[in-house]
Amino acid sequence: MSKNKSHVVTARPRKMSFLQKVVKYRVLLLMCLPAIVFFFAFSYLPMPGAYVAFTSYNYRKGIFGSEFVGWDNFKFLFESGKIWLLTKNTILYNIAFILLGNLLAIFMAILFNEIKKKIFKKTAQTIMFLPYFISDVLVGLLIYNLLNSDFGFVNSIITSLGGKKISFYDNPNIWPGLIVLINLWKSTGYNTVVYFAAICGIDQEIIEAARVDGANGFQKIRHIILPSLKPTFVILLLFAMGGIIRGNFGLFYNIIGSNSMLFKTTDIIETFVYRATVNDFNFQTASAVGLYQSVFGFILVVVCNKIVSKIDPDYSLF
Amino acid sequence: MANTQKAVKNKIKLDKSDKIIRGFSYVFISIFALACLLPFLLIIATSFSTEGLIRKTGFTIIPKGFTTYAYNLIFENPMNMLGSYAVTVSMAVVGTGVGLFVIAMTGYALQRKDFPFRNAISFYIYFTSLFSAGLAPFYLIMTKFYHLKDSYLAVFLPLLMTPWLIILMKNFIKSIPHEITESGKIDGAGDMKIFTALILPMVKPALATIGLFLALGYWNEWYYSSLFLSAQVDYKPLQYNLYEVVNKIQALKNSVAGSYVSFDNLPQETLKMATAIVATGPIILLYPFVQKYFIGGITVGAVKG
Repeated sequence: MSKNKSHVVTARPRKMSFLQKVVKYRVLLLMCLPAIVFFFAFSYLPMPGAYVAFTSYNYRKGIFGSEFVGWDNFKFLFESGKIWLLTKNTILYNIAFILLGNLLAIFMAILFNEIKKKIFKKTAQTIMFLPYFISDVLVGLLIYNLLNSDFGFVNSIITSLGGKKISFYDNPNIWPGLIVLINLWKSTGYNTVVYFAAICGIDQEIIEAARVDGANGFQKIRHIILPSLKPTFVILLLFAMGGIIRGNFGLFYNIIGSNSMLFKTTDIIETFVYRATVNDFNFQTASAVGLYQSVFGFILVVVCNKIVSKIDPDYSLF
Repeated sequence: MANTQKAVKNKIKLDKSDKIIRGFSYVFISIFALACLLPFLLIIATSFSTEGLIRKTGFTIIPKGFTTYAYNLIFENPMNMLGSYAVTVSMAVVGTGVGLFVIAMTGYALQRKDFPFRNAISFYIYFTSLFSAGLAPFYLIMTKFYHLKDSYLAVFLPLLMTPWLIILMKNFIKSIPHEITESGKIDGAGDMKIFTALILPMVKPALATIGLFLALGYWNEWYYSSLFLSAQVDYKPLQYNLYEVVNKIQALKNSVAGSYVSFDNLPQETLKMATAIVATGPIILLYPFVQKYFIGGITVGAVKG
């Protein structure tokens, strides 16, 4: 009997039952257990809580004791136009961040490739990387230093040149441009590294051959470097597009904070949800917006990944 | 290799276009680097300035009326900052250690080709970055179900790992030949033993990179603190302490509590800047030395993840 069994197992080792697999690979499973528990506790367990979005939340009755109101919370958000404004702001900022961010990074990476002095290169890279390392709180403070209307650096330069002070923090129309600039300032050091690595991966012989054939510096960039960066650019762009509905909360919150005068042009989904949750305890509205964002975002990621896997299956996420 | 490349390069003469591009590169990169540096200079210079002059003539990149008054105020009553340092440093040390170990362990198991559950578990982890319940349900679970309001655990736990770091680790470990695991098995070692004795020593650069990402997360943490730590908690993590000093008048008062300065005489602006320096200084000083590990991590994980 036992002989027979072992014969079967060696002949068809893949036909193990689920339980047998669990027993056989128990050590590897246990090694994954802390992470499994972690994501269960902090990601999966809150998911049923999204039900709040369909209730009129009552703190004492709890999530599942509160009155069910169907799509009312969503209706309110759509009819008041709130959700459109938030979606528009979030997506437009992200498009600007992604396009300008990648273009500037490509530009910087090409310039970096021309630098031959090692010390200059190292120093510049270290400095450009600096903004990436600091907390958003500090970014908020830096911006306050620069733009504060009474004693900000920019205004003190304007007045010393005889101009009139600009009160940045009352003027919503200035901020889209400013925030895009600030984001470029913070992320370009990081993004440049990615493209610079891609440039370093170009076969030097191709470049040398082109030189021998008489290509000048501009032609080298135009016909060799730029085309070779295209795959990286397309893949990064598509991945970023998958996240286009998710905003950079820390950046916006620390720069704008609770300055409601600027919300028209600077309120994104994350900042709205945060205020609704933490300041107003309006859990049903916060949750409705959050759920809308999650579903929308999920569809986007899946679609973008489909496109990526069509272009280059190696980069596909799942 | 490098020599031959140099030799080839010397043979090809630089023409005018190269010189233009090269010159432009040096100029443009210098300007950009200066722009990256300028805001930091503003903070440093202002923190060493006299409050009255700042209020009259604005923030500066050269200290106006050099003084260490703002720093004196902070260090006269150092408990506030020291407490924050203790909280942040201990969270960063423990969190990075624990997080790193769990991430590496999971990453190792998930890249083992003979592990039949690897795809299911990978997807289970990865899915959390595709779809989330959103902030409000998370907040309710943390406060009403786990009762973690005003607990350091509410800040410490969520920062332990991310799907992205686990995938990054998995990709790093994948580059180790499977034969290493096989040879361990032949010698009779169990999976855990193979992981700790054979694999871990071979992925030190990966551990450095991912450990730095974790440590940076703890060092820069203010988000979970702002969600879960109320005024009941005496010592906030550093960056949240800074957040409060910058954004709340009351916190500014607390930061110099016990010193004999009336609030009207408080040098608000210079004090904010000095707090920023004290709260951020160490990481900035450390950063040039650890930068290369980040760059290693970005180039490995940039596209995938």
